[in-house]
Amino acid sequence: MLDARDITVAFGHRRVLDRVTFRAAPGALTAIVGPNGSGKTTLLRAMTGELNYAGRIMLGGEDLSTIPVWRLALRRAVLSQFTPLAFPFTVAEVVGLGQIRRGPGSAADLTPRALARVGLSGYANRPYQELSGGEQQRVQLARVLCQVWEPVEAGEARWLFLDEPVSSLDIAHQLQVMQIARDFADAGGGVVAIMHDLNLTAMFADSVALLAEGRLLEQASPEALLRDDLLSRAYGCNLRVSTPPPSGPYVLPQAFSQSFL
Amino acid sequence: MVAIHPDAHAAGDRRKLARSTTWVLVALLLATAWASLAVGASGVSLPAAIGDLLAGRELEARTRIILWDIRLPRLLTGMMVGASLAVAGTVLQGLFRNPLADPGLVGVSAGAGLGAISAIVLGGLLPLGLSEVFGPALVPVMAFAGSWLSVSVLYLIATRGGRTSVATMLLGGIALAAMTAAFSGLLIYIADDQQLRDLTFWSLGSLAGSSWSRTLYAAPLMLTALVAAPALARGLNALALGESAAHHLGIPVQRLKTLAILVVAAAVGAATAISGGIGFVGIVVPHLLRLATGPEHRALLINSALLGASLLLIADVISRSIVAPSELPIGIITAVVGGPFFLWILLRRRANLEI
Repeated sequence: MLDARDITVAFGHRRVLDRVTFRAAPGALTAIVGPNGSGKTTLLRAMTGELNYAGRIMLGGEDLSTIPVWRLALRRAVLSQFTPLAFPFTVAEVVGLGQIRRGPGSAADLTPRALARVGLSGYANRPYQELSGGEQQRVQLARVLCQVWEPVEAGEARWLFLDEPVSSLDIAHQLQVMQIARDFADAGGGVVAIMHDLNLTAMFADSVALLAEGRLLEQASPEALLRDDLLSRAYGCNLRVSTPPPSGPYVLPQAFSQSFL
Repeated sequence: MVAIHPDAHAAGDRRKLARSTTWVLVALLLATAWASLAVGASGVSLPAAIGDLLAGRELEARTRIILWDIRLPRLLTGMMVGASLAVAGTVLQGLFRNPLADPGLVGVSAGAGLGAISAIVLGGLLPLGLSEVFGPALVPVMAFAGSWLSVSVLYLIATRGGRTSVATMLLGGIALAAMTAAFSGLLIYIADDQQLRDLTFWSLGSLAGSSWSRTLYAAPLMLTALVAAPALARGLNALALGESAAHHLGIPVQRLKTLAILVVAAAVGAATAISGGIGFVGIVVPHLLRLATGPEHRALLINSALLGASLLLIADVISRSIVAPSELPIGIITAVVGGPFFLWILLRRRANLEI
């Protein structure tokens, strides 16, 4: 269980998060949605142990602030929106960085399996910096998967924290990546994902937390949360759930027909 | 076709390449060490001397002085200084996540210099008993303090929110170096004649003053830094993904940075204290090795130490044979080779320098 209570984060005098309470269960995919600047990434960074916060975050029954960083790395992995890379590492070397806390002898090299999982087999030798943005994002996902390869280990759930995991991907790869997250949750792991695409959120998430201006508006199932009034209020524009726009084509990705992948 | 052997990925290949490179570099270091002992203004036959030693015969006094008192400490100093400068460059570049960070360029050597100059000029103000005891060690220790202070300040200036700006790092380094040089100038201004002679000799950047006592006083700092550096490798690899990703991967980032700064300060401080300003080793060596065997830091740090030691010995042999029986300061040799090399890196990277 991931249980964050009354989380407040301030940068200088500005309160970025104001007493936000958020819960995520292992075996479920919990999405965080909300407009730009609503505090989604700040909430995620508090829960990955990167920020100082007021309030209390419990991860698997332990107070997050007491877990040393190396032990935290065995229990959760984090995919950021953008990961810079300073030196000309190859794809395989970047993915290998996900395993630095495992020790060389602890398991077989997961790199080829992780690359196959994100559909990048055969990219191992390529210089990372020459890949497209979407391919780089998937390499980073493979690195993150390597870090917590087994969703449950020794009876304890592992966690994936994903900050806009599909932001630079085409539709097919958006579905592929969301399916990987879904599978991780279905195997017993916990997934917390910041999402911008409300359709994908409705398709894949078990629970959705809606943030606006640093406050939690509501956390509920997608069916209960994705309502016209609530979304319109949060995003400050007119949103109608399940209603195609009055003119023009409407592209609706389908999660459950995977034959083209 | 992207990969000819889909199973053998590059990490494995480059790791193997890096290991064989290590053996080549060990051989190179042995060869340059031999040359460094054999070449010099006065003719001494090294094979004959070694033959004498092995046969248990006493060496001639002249041979013994030249080999044991002059060339051997110089060889060891050269190896340690070269290895320290190259390793310091590698660690600094890993820390700043930028291949342009060089102790000489970003003001760290200048900070070490200020420390050394203050020790030479102000050391006389110490009570006589203290300066008797700590006198010779004071220079490397103060140089260490000076370089530690400048790396720390530079990191504070150049890193905001876990990201290092190249422009701020280079410009901040220039500003730091200028301020340090001003303080150094002030100290030189108040120095007496004997101190001025010491300073001039020191600032030429040379191994010519090597003696056992000087070598032994600087050696502990350099050896500690060299031995500690490989322990930073895993953290520096993770740091290539930025500070937050390194944290996510389980690296205690703050401790890593503190240790890296201490290693750089010890290596640069002691090397500068003993040999003056020798530039460009710290940028040329890691860059060449990264091109050859990739940026993985464990192999990079070990190979940098070996190649740095070899390069400095080669430069030293050149510096004392090119105008024999006189000597060129070694800093001139490394700058003549390193300057163009640095420009080449800059031009190659111009597209993505983001200044």
